Amino acid sequence: MARPELLLRGAHVVDPAGGRDEIADVHVRDGVVADVGHGLDAASAEIVECDGLVLAPGLVDMHTHLREPGFEHKETVETGTRAAAVGGYTAVAPMANTDPVADDASVIAGVRAAAARARLADVFPVGAITKGLEGEVLAEIGEMVDAGVRVFSDDGRCVPTARTFRNALTYALAFDDVVLAEHCEDASLSTGQQMHEGFSSSFLGLAGQPAAAEDAIVFRDIEMARLTGGRLHICHLSSARSVELVRRAKADGLRVSAEVTPHHLVFTDEDLRTYDTNLKVNPPLRSAEDRKALRRGLADGTIDAVATDHAPHAVEEKESEFDRAPHGTIGLETALAVVLTELVEPGHLTLSRALEALSSAPARLIGAREHGGPIEGGRPANLVLFDPEQRWTVEPPFISKSRNSAFTGRALQGRVRHTVLQGELTVSDGKATR
Amino acid sequence: MNEHLLSMHDVTAEDVVRILDTAESFREVGTRVIKKVPALRGRTVVNLFYENSTRTRISFELAAKRLSADVINFASGGSSVSKGESLKDTALTLQAMGADAIVIRHSSSGAPYQLAKWVRGHVLNAGDGTHEHPTQALLDLYTMRERLGRIEGLRVAIVGDVLHSRVARSLSFGLVKMGADVTLVGPATLIPPDARAWGVEVSHDVDEVLPKLDVCYLLRVQTERQRLEYFPSVREYARLFGLNRSRVDVLPEGTLIMHPGPMNRGVEIDSDVADLPQSVIEDQVTNGIAVRMALLYLLLGGRGESGEEVPDGSS
Amino acid sequence: MSRILGPDDVRRALARIAHEIVERERIDGLVLVGIADRGDHLAVRLSREISKIEGVEVPVGVLDITFYRDDIGLTAEAPEVHETRIPFDITGRTVVLVDDVLYTGRTIRAAMDALMDLGRPRRIRLAVLVDRGHRELPIRADFVGKNVPTQLDDDVRVMIKEVDGEDGAVVQEGSPGRPLKKAPAVAGQEESA
Repeated sequence: MARPELLLRGAHVVDPAGGRDEIADVHVRDGVVADVGHGLDAASAEIVECDGLVLAPGLVDMHTHLREPGFEHKETVETGTRAAAVGGYTAVAPMANTDPVADDASVIAGVRAAAARARLADVFPVGAITKGLEGEVLAEIGEMVDAGVRVFSDDGRCVPTARTFRNALTYALAFDDVVLAEHCEDASLSTGQQMHEGFSSSFLGLAGQPAAAEDAIVFRDIEMARLTGGRLHICHLSSARSVELVRRAKADGLRVSAEVTPHHLVFTDEDLRTYDTNLKVNPPLRSAEDRKALRRGLADGTIDAVATDHAPHAVEEKESEFDRAPHGTIGLETALAVVLTELVEPGHLTLSRALEALSSAPARLIGAREHGGPIEGGRPANLVLFDPEQRWTVEPPFISKSRNSAFTGRALQGRVRHTVLQGELTVSDGKATR
Repeated sequence: MNEHLLSMHDVTAEDVVRILDTAESFREVGTRVIKKVPALRGRTVVNLFYENSTRTRISFELAAKRLSADVINFASGGSSVSKGESLKDTALTLQAMGADAIVIRHSSSGAPYQLAKWVRGHVLNAGDGTHEHPTQALLDLYTMRERLGRIEGLRVAIVGDVLHSRVARSLSFGLVKMGADVTLVGPATLIPPDARAWGVEVSHDVDEVLPKLDVCYLLRVQTERQRLEYFPSVREYARLFGLNRSRVDVLPEGTLIMHPGPMNRGVEIDSDVADLPQSVIEDQVTNGIAVRMALLYLLLGGRGESGEEVPDGSS
Repeated sequence: MSRILGPDDVRRALARIAHEIVERERIDGLVLVGIADRGDHLAVRLSREISKIEGVEVPVGVLDITFYRDDIGLTAEAPEVHETRIPFDITGRTVVLVDDVLYTGRTIRAAMDALMDLGRPRRIRLAVLVDRGHRELPIRADFVGKNVPTQLDDDVRVMIKEVDGEDGAVVQEGSPGRPLKKAPAVAGQEESA
């Protein structure tokens, strides 16, 4: 099937990987970027006027939950990748805590097939580290590597013992470019936790989880990386001390990377005063000092990427008593706008660094070579075009099947206009094309 | 007053005085032969009790009935609440029934806040998880004022498991609001680490605190779940913090001994101490009805709109 | 604003009412119940006057009728509550209700309902310092200090030395269009002048 030819004219091209930051035209043909230049002419192309829009490499979410197989009432690969596309994403890495768990090649293949049918985003399924996420026996990592998996994580859970994690890191050394991503949480300190342990938690009468529950495991896993020489990625950092630990690990030359979610960059534990379950997340929203350290860490590169941890839950699950509601917020549709509004606009982050954190850095970390730029002739055309000025308010209905957004009711600035996946428009004028 | 009473932070010091003064009048009603006034005639008050609590529920039920309101009881173990109907669906049902006020007791902190989002009536928190129990705090403030003539400047110790106590939170906030000096006393594992930010003192030595008290308020210590986690044994707790006869003798004359009930005789309080005259535990029960009547009256007795107050009606 | 009663007027009116009560009622079995929060002070004074005339102590009680009002839920805030103290049995007695101003009659209706819940009086009489007309219920005073014709939107205020520092009564004329100060007669509707 012939793919459409596109001439994206007059966009402000910001390409962190390629170093470009200028108004230019981008010509897309046969799934790749044919040319980037000025005054381009392409007679057979569909012309898309991009005056006032920013053109960047399509965003890459290295931490997302598509819930399929097993929890299709919350989200499916199709609805999730559609939400991703509307949020400007061309690639997502869905976590393995599905039912059945993605701990072997067959589940991985199923997720890939669903994504290929939907054709809304490229999907890089994450494989489990341990069988069934039980934390005891290693999963068939080799088989999954052969099936194309590069990132392994028990996310949702933390690998319980240093011994098991060390074994996993060591075992993974046999494979190229494999990274273990850990959700760092000491379960003995976080049992029954509803939020961050601090003044707010005792004020609200909710069981709290101290930052030390995360810091202790970040420390543990970094030492295991040091011990084994393996590649470690820390999921959804939430505490100041964790940022500091990662900073020191990088300074020591260890192969450690880290991500942070948009909601941890915006909210603190004080925002839970109204018992809004959309703000009930794990790791919990912590103090203002923690948030400040996360913002600094993202700006100075200690934290490599912004990842949404998009966690859909059905309405009736979230609309319940605070302690009964499951943890999580959706985030694919709002991530870019949140980063632009809350970080770039006020000057905490440059636009280039923001796009690097949302696109080129996660692409590199998960080995998604066709994504994240650079935007130049011959490379696959995975792009996002957004209007940095457009104002909107976050409210249902969402493209995602679920609507548990921490940002509900918030006014944001910045909206995706078009998304191009492998040369084809998945989103046109803000709406999904399929 | 606010539309709801969910926490002690919903009332100002002036509101508290108004509530206590109004409760005085309702106490008088309780001494009449006909203990009923028509003030809330035609209104519907729903008791939504997810946690078993005969004492508090009856207190609210009597309060509403003595105001001539219609009362509906949704108690756990019998109605839809035990069949697993969601809080939201129950709320919508109550809304459809035209509940003017819903009194909710729930084991989840914050449940009254969620309920308030889904219903139009007034919501009263009768105890939510480990968060707050404002009506208990108010009736305790009433008892203190009645017995000691004031609240400001009183030296109050709250002794026991503060960490898990919604009564301790509400009472601390209320006492601090009214200018009393509050000290939380208990094992370090049972006092929230940030408690001093509430405006209170913290002590782990009850014997040091007792000689300088106007009120000794004892909290119930849960002996079941806590035994190994927060303190080694019931025996050790009683030895270090239990109010026994010899500790009572150290209290200044006239010091009140209070307990929100039900008591663990032999743990936080010895049997013979509980029955002493300084112990006002029975008064707390009687005053409870008057204070709850006052709250229902003040919440439902006005239109509840903000704006210019319409002065007294016609003569 | 015009003054309708001065301190001497009040003194004479109370003395006259006391005489009228003594003339028309049997003293034994008589009790005075003042309606808070000015009627109770008037009741105390009436009792003293009667004592001067007859040498008999007539018991005095104070009644707060707030819980019996018909406009609960119609005003912005719940009406303020006062004390009720009636330290005697009213069953079988002649109760003289005492109030400062008689206007629509709703307060007296509430007072009678309250009395009925407290006992079964033999008869109820009503003594007021000022009757300003505009009854909305079939209620009339048995003993009146002064009849003062007023407009609906006038504001009549009685002052009592124990509460306001001086005795007297004033009328503040209302102006057309000024919002009425009464609670609406029917919930949701504003009364038209």
